Amino acid sequence: MKFLFRKSPDAGESTPQWAKDFPINVEEDNYVARRDFTKFMVLTSFAFFAGQCWIGMQNVIRKKRGEPAMTAIADLKQVPVGTVLPFSYPGEHDPCLLIRRSETELVAYGQKCTHLSCAVTPQVEQLLCPCHEGCFDMTNGRPISGPPRRPLPLIELSVRGGTIYATGVQERTV
Amino acid sequence: MLSENMNFYIDPSRCIGCQACVQACGECDTHKGHPMIHLEYVDRAHSTQTAPVVCMHCNHPTCAKVCPADAIKKTPDGVVQSARKPRCIACSNCVLACPFGVPKMKSDFELMMKCDMCYDRTSEGKRPMCATVCPSQALFFGTQEQIEQLRPRSKPVNEFKFGREVVRTKVRMMVPIEAAIEHIDVTAAMDAQTTSRRVRLNVVPEDAFDAMSASLFEPELEGSSQ
Repeated sequence: MKFLFRKSPDAGESTPQWAKDFPINVEEDNYVARRDFTKFMVLTSFAFFAGQCWIGMQNVIRKKRGEPAMTAIADLKQVPVGTVLPFSYPGEHDPCLLIRRSETELVAYGQKCTHLSCAVTPQVEQLLCPCHEGCFDMTNGRPISGPPRRPLPLIELSVRGGTIYATGVQERTV
Repeated sequence: MLSENMNFYIDPSRCIGCQACVQACGECDTHKGHPMIHLEYVDRAHSTQTAPVVCMHCNHPTCAKVCPADAIKKTPDGVVQSARKPRCIACSNCVLACPFGVPKMKSDFELMMKCDMCYDRTSEGKRPMCATVCPSQALFFGTQEQIEQLRPRSKPVNEFKFGREVVRTKVRMMVPIEAAIEHIDVTAAMDAQTTSRRVRLNVVPEDAFDAMSASLFEPELEGSSQ
């Protein structure tokens, strides 16, 4: 805190403003005026406060919106074992992948990579994001390698009378 | 912090061109094995005379003034530091602006590097690498009293003139004590011609030389010059 109580080095009257802003001497360069420091602290605290308000507001809005409606995706017959079907859920701009791994195992994930939202493509037992070589496990949507750290959103499914329905989205963090 | 009464003195006339300073400087890992000292030939065609060039550490460093990235700083003890790595944009402005031609642009690192008077050593009370190895002590680091005792026929000058621009430096240049000069006129020597084995540049006024005793130059050397 020593710098707070140091006297301002006198750069001289004839020195132009730009030279005062970018001084050559280390002493003047390191000098922080009390007023500047206070301004920085106040503005930073305000930014943190505004950020917290924003997060709180988002939570309220999300709760108000409620669960997305149950939507029919496809008939079971349209998805033979080992195939992938792209669909959108819950909105039009939320691309997802429906994957039938075996006769009984049916999974669906959001298609946006959790790193930078590129579209993941199905590979053998893996979902690959080609942008930065991110790999996700096809069985649970968790990241295996590459930059993504969070798993893909899991789409909850239910099969009724030969039709596959999407019933909800699980946004997971781990 | 550099001790206030310690100074760097350069005496180019004592330089024997052994390159020891260049080697010693290059061994230091603070500048990644690159020598930051230049050993220049005064007039290669006529003479083997060399002159070591280290940063003169100007009171108002031109390199720092022209830096658009605010990367070159001067410490309170008057040492102009090498460019700060996170700031330097490798624009070479300082290389072009320095009147002594000291800064070097290392395009491999995209960084300007220059002599910082071995700040890691001198701030701890040690001498710079080049001054420790120089066998003829053309590069001398010590107090005013020491240099006066060691070189009774020379005196230090730290004012340089480039046309109308006056540059005062922390590093001092040794000139003959008989030469009644207060500054070294660098640009006046631009078109100067050396004769035979004797190197004499117009960095000091001609009449000052005339006033000097002839004993400074050996008579046989005088005779051999055409």
